[in-house]
Amino acid sequence: MTTIEPAKAEHDTARQSALPSQRSTATRGTRIIGIVAVVALGWLVAFGLGFSPADRDQDESVRILYVHVPTIWLAYLAFVVTAVSSAMYLFSKKKSLGWDRAAGASAEIGVTFVAVTLAVGAMWGRLTWGVFWQWDARLTTTALLFVTYIGYLAVRRLGGSHEQRAKRSAVLGMIAVVEIPLVHFSVKMWRSLHQEATVANLDGDTKMDGLMLFSLFVGVIAFTLLYVWLMLHRTRSMAMEDLLEERGLDEALAVRRAEAAETATAATSAPPTATMKTGSDS
Amino acid sequence: MNASLNPFSSASATANDDPFVGNTSNNTEPDLVIALKDVVAVLGNFPALAGVSITVQRGEIVLLKGPNGAGKTTLLRLCAGLLPVERGAATILGFDLVTQRQLVRPHVGLLGHQNGLYLDLSVRENVEFWGRTVGASAHEIAGAMSRMGVSGRLADVGVRKLSAGQKRRTSLACLVARRAQVWLLDEPHAGLDAAGRDELDATLGQAANSGATILVASHELERAGGLATRSVDVVAGQAITDSNESQGTE
Amino acid sequence: MITVACLIAAKDLRVERRSKIVTNQVLPFAGITMVSFAFALDKQNVLDTVAPGLVWLATMFSLLVIVQRTFAIETDDGALDAMRVAGVDPRAIFVGKAMALGFQLLVLEAMLFGAAVIFYGESIPSNNAFGSVVLLVTTMLSATCGLAAVGTLYGGLAAGFKGSETLLPLLTLPAVAPVLIGATKAVESAVGTSGAVVSEGWQWVGLLTLFAVAAVVGGALAFGPLIDD
Repeated sequence: MTTIEPAKAEHDTARQSALPSQRSTATRGTRIIGIVAVVALGWLVAFGLGFSPADRDQDESVRILYVHVPTIWLAYLAFVVTAVSSAMYLFSKKKSLGWDRAAGASAEIGVTFVAVTLAVGAMWGRLTWGVFWQWDARLTTTALLFVTYIGYLAVRRLGGSHEQRAKRSAVLGMIAVVEIPLVHFSVKMWRSLHQEATVANLDGDTKMDGLMLFSLFVGVIAFTLLYVWLMLHRTRSMAMEDLLEERGLDEALAVRRAEAAETATAATSAPPTATMKTGSDS
Repeated sequence: MNASLNPFSSASATANDDPFVGNTSNNTEPDLVIALKDVVAVLGNFPALAGVSITVQRGEIVLLKGPNGAGKTTLLRLCAGLLPVERGAATILGFDLVTQRQLVRPHVGLLGHQNGLYLDLSVRENVEFWGRTVGASAHEIAGAMSRMGVSGRLADVGVRKLSAGQKRRTSLACLVARRAQVWLLDEPHAGLDAAGRDELDATLGQAANSGATILVASHELERAGGLATRSVDVVAGQAITDSNESQGTE
Repeated sequence: MITVACLIAAKDLRVERRSKIVTNQVLPFAGITMVSFAFALDKQNVLDTVAPGLVWLATMFSLLVIVQRTFAIETDDGALDAMRVAGVDPRAIFVGKAMALGFQLLVLEAMLFGAAVIFYGESIPSNNAFGSVVLLVTTMLSATCGLAAVGTLYGGLAAGFKGSETLLPLLTLPAVAPVLIGATKAVESAVGTSGAVVSEGWQWVGLLTLFAVAAVVGGALAFGPLIDD
């Protein structure tokens, strides 16, 4: 169908530029990042489980922190990226859907990373505190953050055109920026008044020795690379999904137009020239 | 189609702000109210409108004919500024539907499958509510109600208790009270009795004479056809204008 | 804009006066929630200690139901679309609906506190009754503003979509967590739960007020883009 290209270009030039013309979402750049990320993760496994020593107080469970801490940092970074991309979409003149896709992809990765953080954090808590969960301010905020962004992702799937989705989720992404600090502030106030003695210091890194600190550093590098790699692939696959819907629309349009032409020629009353006029633009 | 007109050059023309339908002669341009070109609109992933081109002049009553699912309702909702224009170009009353469809809305009135009424309120309360949201005076509101024959005994009846036709008339009274310049009516005759239909036709004719532009989607061809200044076939999401009639409007 | 907002609020309250859905269904629902808590927390002295929290928890659940109802009024016969077509300022819609919602919430909260007095044996401490009542009323007002604003914002976003009844709690409950925390703590201070004193409550009212201001301003700004497309 020759109609696809001009129609698409006319409709959204920004979408075109954001899209590699090949079938895969991988490029040379992402392959390199991917390989480096895998190497860094292997390095993290080696340092986290092998080279770094066990902690004096936390014993072997300290090794969990090499995943726990980097994932939550990256999750925060991901949500910041979501907020900034949302703002860029809302306030930039060009309303490029690329910003919307970046916001969505980053939120998806952020939610996944928070889930990892919460899961390994619960394991660590069980080993160190004896319980899976503490109503500590930071834990509580993290849990609410998790649910808030699950809600954000649910709103992204509400339907409508790409522009509607983008606008709606960008506004919600901005609301979350107001919501999260308020939630954190109130939860902190809530906990500070309780003075619970059992609340442990999550900052295990304050009394870390050099090798532990280095292992954590490796973890941050590895997960940052993973984040970048996931971001690139996810935004590209989202761009392709959008394009697929566009192409689906082109095909559906062609089908509909053919249907109209048939009906019109079948009906003797309608002059064939009239149908030619409306059909000729394709 | 309509090569002699270039509807999109007038996109920047200011809309007619005159609040009263009957007083529209100060619009300078050729009175082109609706101008769509190759408009595509989607519902979900389905192209409900697959390239509609249509132009409507002020004061026309245009009948949209076509089977169910042809896109008549979508076309009306698009003209009301409720649906985004996916592709193509469209202006209504000089407003660009692609970029400023919010601005179109106050000037158009849509009567769809739903009446947009509050079922627990009375006729008067509904018309008053819709009228007062746009600052209509008590006089205008009373006028709108009597024009649609819902003043008097009906006025204080709860909308839930009304017949389909009475609800329709109440809804039209809200349109009048809102001072809409373009009326988009989806099957307005449905559910009305013979007297109600005659009354509706008389109202539409009168509104058109006083400058309102009316798009009617209807199955009841002989009924609406007599009223309409011309008709447009909507088939599979496209408008097929009956050529000899469309020439006549230029 | 204020005029239109008042029109919308008056219309909502008039609809409620006629239909009595909230009165006849939501208030009893809130009441049975309170009774159910008593079944679930059947321990000596537990109810007395947690009563302020339960009141606000019951308010949150009822909030979700009232928000559904308040937007069902608009979507039943396409009135929300009609309002969009009529070009009604979305901020006016937001403020109007929030005002009506807030009023209904206040009535509900008053009833729930009455229920707490009857069922859970709550009482205003007699040593500083005036201070307690002032704190209680201020808490209710500021918490209600925040709840009404958040409820209206997310109710409007979800209205008309498939699955709105499940999306609404998912969006609303995490967002109103500060209100649940702050209002519970403030009421604990007002009624003297576990030795809390009135003066401790005011910092929570501060939090509630901050939240209310953020929710009303943010909601008014965000409501238009959220419902308009």
